[in-house]
Amino acid sequence: MSTATYAGVSVELNDEGFFVDPNQWTKDIAVELAKADGIEELTSQHWTVLEFMRKEYFEKGTGPTVRVLGKTSGVSVKDLYLLFPKGPAKMAARIAGIPKPKGCI
Amino acid sequence: MDGKITKVSIIVSKGSLEGIYPALIMANGARAEGMDANLFFTFFGLDAVNKKRIEHIKVATVGNPAMHIPTLIGGLPGMSGLATHMMSKTMDKLDIPPIPEFIEMIGDTGCGMYACKASVDMFNLTKDDFVEQVQDIITVGDFYDMAAGGQIIFT
Repeated sequence: MSTATYAGVSVELNDEGFFVDPNQWTKDIAVELAKADGIEELTSQHWTVLEFMRKEYFEKGTGPTVRVLGKTSGVSVKDLYLLFPKGPAKMAARIAGIPKPKGCI
Repeated sequence: MDGKITKVSIIVSKGSLEGIYPALIMANGARAEGMDANLFFTFFGLDAVNKKRIEHIKVATVGNPAMHIPTLIGGLPGMSGLATHMMSKTMDKLDIPPIPEFIEMIGDTGCGMYACKASVDMFNLTKDDFVEQVQDIITVGDFYDMAAGGQIIFT
């Protein structure tokens, strides 16, 4: 566990860099997190995925896997990997301020 | 090495359902973690990407003690189909895609897929026999070049 400051807010992160409390997240924080992960600008497609991830997390208690994202977020698997090259579900979860999604597929 | 795996090359040598799925799950999972991944299909593993066979991959009910059914029963006509049907239903519930859909998805993740030249020649196949996700037919030497700097997993 560690603390980091993004967009002027001090947030708690776990060892892998995921948010401990998703309620600490803001859109400004997402922009900074994305930059730190190599995404210069968050496009509307990025936001579609990030918002979908948060919605799923708050509804189901865990973020969606790539498979679920590809089927239900409206963004194809191919595009997901273009948007989030370091692994869509994992990278998007980190930027969306939710824990790492559980699931093998 | 900082303890993180950044690349995997997975060899698929078996053509049964239980022989193919683990490799596909590992390749897909590697890409999901942001690793580079390659799948190399050899021997009966080629069935996983063979257009004529991909829809007909079955569970082995004979020579598979983990099925816990007597070999003679497992050998009855239709047993393998039945076991495959039952397993496919369970996997569908868990949202594990059928093999053709899984191969397509893994292709979309940017995982490399290759067929082994020796096996392709042995089974008298050509590139046209494979699904479009198979990028090339390569030699074992090409495979090692491609796998350089990463981990190799044989299934």
